[in-house]
Amino acid sequence: MPQQLLTGNEAVAQAALDGAVSLGTGYPGTPSTEILERLGALGGRAQWAPNEKVALEVGLGVAFGKARALVTMKHVGLNVAADPLFSATYTGVDEGLVIAVADDPGMHSSQNEQDTRRYAEAAGAPMLEPGDAQEAYDYTLQGLAISARFQLPVILRMTTRVCHSKGPVQTRSERAQAPAPRYERDIPGRVMIPGNARPAHVRLRERLHNLARSELPEALLTDTGEDRQLGIIADGVAAAHAREAAPQARLLKLGLTHPLPIEAMRAFTQQVERCVVIEEGDPYLYTAARAAGIPVAGKPERFRFGELNAERVRRILDGDESPEPEPEAAGKPPQLCSDCSHRPVFQVLSRLGCIVAGDIGCYTLGVMPPFEAMDTCVCMGASVGVGLGLRHALPAEEARRVVSVIGDSTFVHTGLPGLAEMAYNPPETGHVLLILDNDTTAMTGLQEHPGTGRRLDHHPAASKLNYEAIALALGITDVHTVDPVDHKDDFERLMHDALADDRLTVIVARRPCSLASRRLAAFRAEQEPSEP
Amino acid sequence: MSRAADVVNVVIAGLGGQGIVTASDILAEAAFTAGHDVKKSEIHGMSQRGGSVSSDVRFGAQVHSPMVPHGEADFLLISEATQVAANRHRLHPEGRLITPEAVPQLFQEADPERAARAARMVNVALLGVLSAHLAIPEATWLEAIRSHLPERLHEMNGRAFHQARGIEAIFGSLTGDRPHPATQ
Ligand SMILES: Cc1ncc(C[n+]2csc(CCOP(=O)(O)OP(=O)(O)O)c2C)c(N)n1
Ligand code: SF4
Repeated sequence: MPQQLLTGNEAVAQAALDGAVSLGTGYPGTPSTEILERLGALGGRAQWAPNEKVALEVGLGVAFGKARALVTMKHVGLNVAADPLFSATYTGVDEGLVIAVADDPGMHSSQNEQDTRRYAEAAGAPMLEPGDAQEAYDYTLQGLAISARFQLPVILRMTTRVCHSKGPVQTRSERAQAPAPRYERDIPGRVMIPGNARPAHVRLRERLHNLARSELPEALLTDTGEDRQLGIIADGVAAAHAREAAPQARLLKLGLTHPLPIEAMRAFTQQVERCVVIEEGDPYLYTAARAAGIPVAGKPERFRFGELNAERVRRILDGDESPEPEPEAAGKPPQLCSDCSHRPVFQVLSRLGCIVAGDIGCYTLGVMPPFEAMDTCVCMGASVGVGLGLRHALPAEEARRVVSVIGDSTFVHTGLPGLAEMAYNPPETGHVLLILDNDTTAMTGLQEHPGTGRRLDHHPAASKLNYEAIALALGITDVHTVDPVDHKDDFERLMHDALADDRLTVIVARRPCSLASRRLAAFRAEQEPSEP
Repeated sequence: MSRAADVVNVVIAGLGGQGIVTASDILAEAAFTAGHDVKKSEIHGMSQRGGSVSSDVRFGAQVHSPMVPHGEADFLLISEATQVAANRHRLHPEGRLITPEAVPQLFQEADPERAARAARMVNVALLGVLSAHLAIPEATWLEAIRSHLPERLHEMNGRAFHQARGIEAIFGSLTGDRPHPATQ
């Protein structure tokens, strides 16, 4: 195969295909979203799950069935999937299971800056960290192989600059042979009751130990440069910045960052006069090195925040504490599209003086002027619980102003259990849940979900969730549907009445996202043979 | 930091929905086809809502980091005047800022419909201006443009590219611009 110019995400998808992955699943989240979209476009089997926890569980089931799986998510998605992760390392897998997790240092489009490397260590999952598109391809294949060989799920930890950066990629010319799926019963290995889980934990540590002692940690190191004065230990894209900032330095780049090749790190520091760890985010490598008594220097606290680049690495290496340059003017923040269906909703919420327990999606932009109609935004699904908590705590007058506002994709993702809570533990003043059903996951680039009735490839799905019926089934009787654009007055009246009333109300504001409608129309036009 | 003379650094900036990412894809592919090592990096995610977008493209014999360091861009292409201030710090003191003003001839349409059509080709025109400074054959550029745009736009954009390239070749040299050392 000739070289191709691919993003890190595209490279992971290509590797999944070339590595005979039989199912790719995940939940959208910048910067990871394009992996599954590309896998689907390349003809692989790719599907969106309602959330990351379900995606990981589906991937685990595939690997129990002796087939290969790829699961994708952004860093915060792993919080949702943490529960299956921490036991999947105990059960282990029979075939390759790679979990691609994309961190977002600098929070270009995220609510926090958490560092996935901590999860790998905490859960005992082997972790590979590509630094560019070629490594994203190679390490995905490597991850599948390590997973199958050591029988553990493997985390492929990426970052925004790996996911969204393009570079030349040399791909394999031959696709791997898909393993033959087959069920083999293994009750002690798969059923995590305490009696089985105790030996399973010991087995997990043994597997990690075997991996650490294998040829792989060394094979995944690159050691370049001549300088004996300055040595740098780095991972991921930070290694590329380091190479640029210090072209002569001896540079040890780690590919496998859990378990860490700690003895190779020690030996490296002995060959240079001074050794500095260059890593984005938390001092993960630094802390591990120091705990092992390896004499390395780290970075000042301010470089824990935001991305690194060659200039910031130079500052770390030179001990330069001068202030970093700032742009003359701030960039333009994103805004709701001019014809967005969320606009009239937030006009009404603002006018009614609501206390808005908000959620994550395009509609979070309702916090911006001229609306300024959002009071909280924590994590996906939190609008429901936070709104209920506020209702429980506040005096009745104020409690009656509280409304929970959630997008359709977010409602399916983690809003459903919140609705069960609302039906089960209703506040004295009742509560209002407003579902903004724009028929897409707009925020991350218009993906489908179980409520749109379309699959990842936009073709019809086997089912379509009915939010109104779900609310009714939970015992909530005040359920309304309204188009907030064509019937804005009706919407305002409904909101007003629901807030005044001490009952539980669910309002579905249904109006497709205009961008998604145009995209869908174009897709359908492409599908239909043109009229003669 | 010393300026690595063998790497060309280009930053393309504008607003979401203006085709910044497509423009940087075209440039990256043209440089790649011309035999360079290429790295390209951008931040996208919420771009459909019209926020600032910028994309870094770097090429040369060997490129390490995918990001153009601050103050190191040899060329800064900006499709929208309001975005200059937010991005000027990316440009090297001797670097070249390229905005639609470089090719005013292409954007003087009085007819609103034709003006709107011209506006959609801004990025390709800016690439035309850039191309006059780089040793990448015109055919390679046109091929990259074709592979990233729908067929119905090929002819229009090809023409805008060619015209902008020609205008810059004549007037760009009058303003004292010199090609980047690595591209000669
Ligand atoms: C756990 C987690 N997974 C994924 C994301 C990324 N993300 C943020 S909001 C969102 C969904 C937005 O869709 P929807 O709720 O339908 O609102 P819309 O953008 O369509 O208005 C996604 C996928 C996240 N922030 N957290
Ligand atoms: S993409 Fe859709 S949901 Fe997002 S702001 Fe635009 S119209 Fe609204």
